[in-house]
Amino acid sequence: MTPLAGYLLVAALLFSIGLAGALTRRNAILVLIGIELMLNAANLNLIAFWRYGPHPEALTGMMFAIFSIAVAAAEAAVGLGLVIQIHRHAKTTDLDQMNRMKG
Amino acid sequence: MSFVFYLLTALTIAGGLAAVLLKNTIHCALALTVAFLGLALLFLNLDAQFAGFAQILVYIGAVAILVVFAILLTKGSETPTDGVFSHSWLAGLGVAAAVFATLGWAVLSSVRVLPHETSVPTATVAEIGNALMGRYVLALEIVAVLLTLAMIGAVIVAINEKAGSK
Repeated sequence: MTPLAGYLLVAALLFSIGLAGALTRRNAILVLIGIELMLNAANLNLIAFWRYGPHPEALTGMMFAIFSIAVAAAEAAVGLGLVIQIHRHAKTTDLDQMNRMKG
Repeated sequence: MSFVFYLLTALTIAGGLAAVLLKNTIHCALALTVAFLGLALLFLNLDAQFAGFAQILVYIGAVAILVVFAILLTKGSETPTDGVFSHSWLAGLGVAAAVFATLGWAVLSSVRVLPHETSVPTATVAEIGNALMGRYVLALEIVAVLLTLAMIGAVIVAINEKAGSK
C-alpha cells in the first residue's frame, strides 16, 4: 500500500465517523462537530494529493485546503449562531424535538 | 508507512470516535480538539507546514473554543437522561458504514494508478504568500468578504432581539 492510499483510507474513515456522528446524534452541536470532522477529512485528502501528486510547486492542493479551512471557520460561526438562536427560541437543542419549521 | 503515521492515525481516529461517541457534550468538544490536533500533526507529517499551523490556529484556537462557548450558552453540557443518540441511529450508522465501504473500495481498487511522487515538495510561507497575492488574489478577496459577512451574519443571527429592543 502506498502512503497516499494510507492517507486516503484514514480520511475516508474520519469522514465516515463524522457522517455517523452527524446522522445519529440528537444534540445539534454534536451534529456540527460531525460536520467539522467531515470537512477536516476532506482537507486531509487535499493535502495528501498535494504531497504525493505531480507538480506540488503549483500549490494547488495546499491553496484549496487553506481556503477550505477559511470557509469551514465561517460555516462553524454561522452554524453555532443558529444553534444558539434555536435554543433561545425552542428551549432545546434536541433535534428529535425540532420537528416543525413554524416559529 | 512509517510508525509516526500509524501513531498519528490512531490519535486522530481515537479523537474522532470519542467526539461522536461520548455522552457528555463538553467531553465531545475536548475529544474534537484531540482529533484536530492529530490532523494538524498529519499535515505536518505531509510536509505541509503552513496548513498544519493554520489548522492549529483556526480549529484548535477558534472553532473548538466556539463549540465550547455554544455548549455553555445552550446548556448542552447536561446529558439527557433518555440517551444521546437519535431514534433512527441504526439507519445513520448503516449509511455511514456504506459510505466508508464505498470510499475504501474506491481507494483500494485504484491504488495502482494513484500518483506517488517521492520528492519532498517545499512550500515556504513566502511562496504561499506570493501565490495568495498573485494567482489566487481573487479567491483571497472573496474569502475575506465571506468571512466578514459570516461574522456579521453570525452576530445578527445570535443577537438577543428581546434584550436589544429594550
